[in-house]
Amino acid sequence: MAFDEQKQDFKVLGTRPDRPDGLDKVTGKARYGADAYIPGMLHGVIVRSPHAHARIVKIDASKALAMKGVKAVVTRADFADGQTGEDWNVMENCMAGEKALYDGHAVAAVAATSALIARDAAKLVEVEYEVLPHVTEVNAAMTEGAPVIREGAADYSVPDGMHPNVVRYIEFGHGDLEKGFEAADVVREQTYATEATHQGYIEPHACLAQMGSDGRGEMWVCTQGHWFIRRMSAVCLGIEVSKLRVTPSEIGGGFGGKTTVFIEPVALALSRKANRPVKMVMTRSEVLRATGPTASASMDVKIGMTKDGKMTAGKAVFRMQGGAFPLAPVDSALACAFACYDIENVQHEGYDVMSNRPKNAAYRAPGSPMAAFAVESLVDEMCRELSLDPIEVRLMNAAKEGTKSSSGPTYPRIGLVETLEAAKAHDHYSAPLGPNQGRGVASGYWMNWGGETSVSLALSEDGSVTVSVGTPDIGGSRASIAMMAAEAMGIAYEDVRVNVVETGALGVNEPTHGSRATFASGLATIKAANEAIGKLCQRAADAWGIDAEAVVWEDGHAKPSGPNAGEFPPMSIGEICAEMGSTGGPISGHFEATPNGYGGSFGTHIVDVEVDPETGRTTVLRYTVVQDAGKAIHPAYVEGQFQGGAAQGIGWALNEEYIYGEDGRLQNTVFLDYRVPVASDLPMIDTVIVEVPNPGHPYGVRGVGETGITPPLPAIANAVAEATGARLRSLPMSPPRILKAMKG
Amino acid sequence: MSNVHVTTTVNGDEAEFLCDPRETLLDCLRDKLGFTGAKEGCGTGDCGACSVTLDGRLVCSCLVLGVEAEGKEIATIEGMSEGEELHPLQRKFIEHAALQCGICTPGILVASKALLEKNPDPSEEELRYWLAGNLCRCTGYDKIIRAVMDAAAEMREAS
Repeated sequence: MAFDEQKQDFKVLGTRPDRPDGLDKVTGKARYGADAYIPGMLHGVIVRSPHAHARIVKIDASKALAMKGVKAVVTRADFADGQTGEDWNVMENCMAGEKALYDGHAVAAVAATSALIARDAAKLVEVEYEVLPHVTEVNAAMTEGAPVIREGAADYSVPDGMHPNVVRYIEFGHGDLEKGFEAADVVREQTYATEATHQGYIEPHACLAQMGSDGRGEMWVCTQGHWFIRRMSAVCLGIEVSKLRVTPSEIGGGFGGKTTVFIEPVALALSRKANRPVKMVMTRSEVLRATGPTASASMDVKIGMTKDGKMTAGKAVFRMQGGAFPLAPVDSALACAFACYDIENVQHEGYDVMSNRPKNAAYRAPGSPMAAFAVESLVDEMCRELSLDPIEVRLMNAAKEGTKSSSGPTYPRIGLVETLEAAKAHDHYSAPLGPNQGRGVASGYWMNWGGETSVSLALSEDGSVTVSVGTPDIGGSRASIAMMAAEAMGIAYEDVRVNVVETGALGVNEPTHGSRATFASGLATIKAANEAIGKLCQRAADAWGIDAEAVVWEDGHAKPSGPNAGEFPPMSIGEICAEMGSTGGPISGHFEATPNGYGGSFGTHIVDVEVDPETGRTTVLRYTVVQDAGKAIHPAYVEGQFQGGAAQGIGWALNEEYIYGEDGRLQNTVFLDYRVPVASDLPMIDTVIVEVPNPGHPYGVRGVGETGITPPLPAIANAVAEATGARLRSLPMSPPRILKAMKG
Repeated sequence: MSNVHVTTTVNGDEAEFLCDPRETLLDCLRDKLGFTGAKEGCGTGDCGACSVTLDGRLVCSCLVLGVEAEGKEIATIEGMSEGEELHPLQRKFIEHAALQCGICTPGILVASKALLEKNPDPSEEELRYWLAGNLCRCTGYDKIIRAVMDAAAEMREAS
């Protein structure tokens, strides 16, 4: 989708109005997943495997069912069978079939008249297990002799002779790698590792499900995408998709982790069996044990560089475990690995590996942070070895418009160079450093996404506008979409209301994922507004008795235009809408498409750290995010995305990790032990919004949500290397690991 | 276990409920009294999303039993604004875009108000350590800190 004329002169875009849902969210009125109650509802609790890998021999629920107040118990037998591919994976992850595949895997569920009774009853469900050997680490899982998670899970891409836990093999690249390395003055190769982390949204998964005896169901759920939840739940229950109606609650964070189902099909199955509504709310430990985490990675990177910093060749070999199912994000990790660079010769290889861990879910730029940690760390190591400035080297090799990207396609207009120039010019980059302090720089990329999108825009009798979108508002998208509608219609921001509507109200919408909500729902809103404007102009033309082509729309008014239009006073949107019932009926605009002009977003981060030589503790002293937003609709929420991404990346770099014991059980299942950054861990996070318009959006918008989590991992490692002289190639850089590395 | 009758005060209004002795104050506020502004993010006192005050003292309501509310005065996010007029902290949170998903916002507002009542002029460091028990996963805290500092400045000027 190309736009010949891209709007440049904005009235509403770039301002910072109050978000429309702000009042409800500062007064406690906003209703999230767990905030729904209906008469007669039961409470559902899941029975989870305490074993990393075990055959389920027998499930005896008789004692639980005998408890007063217990209304239903479900196991896998209460769901549909016959799913294939990813549908089967989703079903199996929601409720184990023959085997429990990880610590925390659901094996049964109980519904009772109170949460306390349900919890007590869940303990009475007797599950007999035959414990099997397990494996939780990626390299171990692909080694000969490792326990097989599931025979036959591998697809056609896996070469003969690989362990059955390797389920996908990916290979792509271009140029002549050997020739490229020969042309280098320095060739370096290193191995890097990142541990799995969790999205860490503060709101645990919650839903309220109701199945009727007519086979139709309704559900209230916190999710990034209720159409996805509807389809997956219907597949698990074996019902037609349209029989389910899913209403999204407000969502307390998702970061990719709420784009799939966990408890939702279970709540529906319990409701179907008990013939009562069922509410389910996860505990934090369930969230950490059984949802979300991202993949862990083991990565080899090899780069050739001339002594003045020109990169001649790059090779990446990534191994990632994504839990007990296929689809670790190794493909997107590889696609992002060298995305910042214009390299003639690149080669990528990836191994998607299964292990006895929870099924990985998307987490903000899936795969890209790991890839950046490996590649951007090695680039920094080589810059230090050759005494070259890391920003100059990145500028020398930077991908730009017309570059054949490392993943193949040629880049349209992109803004990496602009972020590097802005970082170089920022006073942070030249500020003095003290003892035990170091500065790190890294760039990062996310390709963004368009996705299925359906938007409806309806005019009211007074000329105000209601926009119905299907992308849940996680971080201010109601505001950005209202601003785009106001800009397109030429009306005030306050005259637009944006509603996130249920699955029955629009065609299919993909979730708020891939940094797509403001891009895709915004694009669709502008298109829907343009359709409505066409109808408004027609009504004015009819009133004036002239051709619609002789009417233009300016500042919320229809105006006659052109030599033969005649002289008429402009008609406001309010005037036209007041009469719409008698001039042809309601006026609305729609747009449905899968927009593919999402432009990737590049970012460059600068970080200063101080490492305590006694304890190995790293303090982040100063942080600057520079990122291309294309066009920042609401700059405050763009800054918020930059800052939030950086904070999550800092957590990944320094603290956060999944820790498995010898028994294959997750050791850190509460926030005290899975430690996300708190307010006292962080400094202010400075932001620079670069605006290189995306040619694929009428206002130049690029998604901004994900790129920001990518550069912090390597930027902090690079800063720690400068502060301590020790290079950490494995995350997290916790104090004991840094101390050990400093002692060499 | 038989239920216990509890009489308490929430945001200045008398309230009573029956609860199982195992139920937390958070459960009682949400499930029995309809105050769903306090959220359960962890149930272990680590995230602060359930912050309320009990006789003026900031607590994680997930770590207090419902029966402990007997005879106490509870203040929740629902009681923070005076009628239509938002508390300066609430207003500044909207102005500074200090919330994204908003799930941590009620707890952070309650905790910040409790700080400013003790210390109307906190340093950035004091504020960051005070709020270290309130997790926010969206914002990186930058705009939250700015909003609270700005509200504190405005409240000092007004008093």
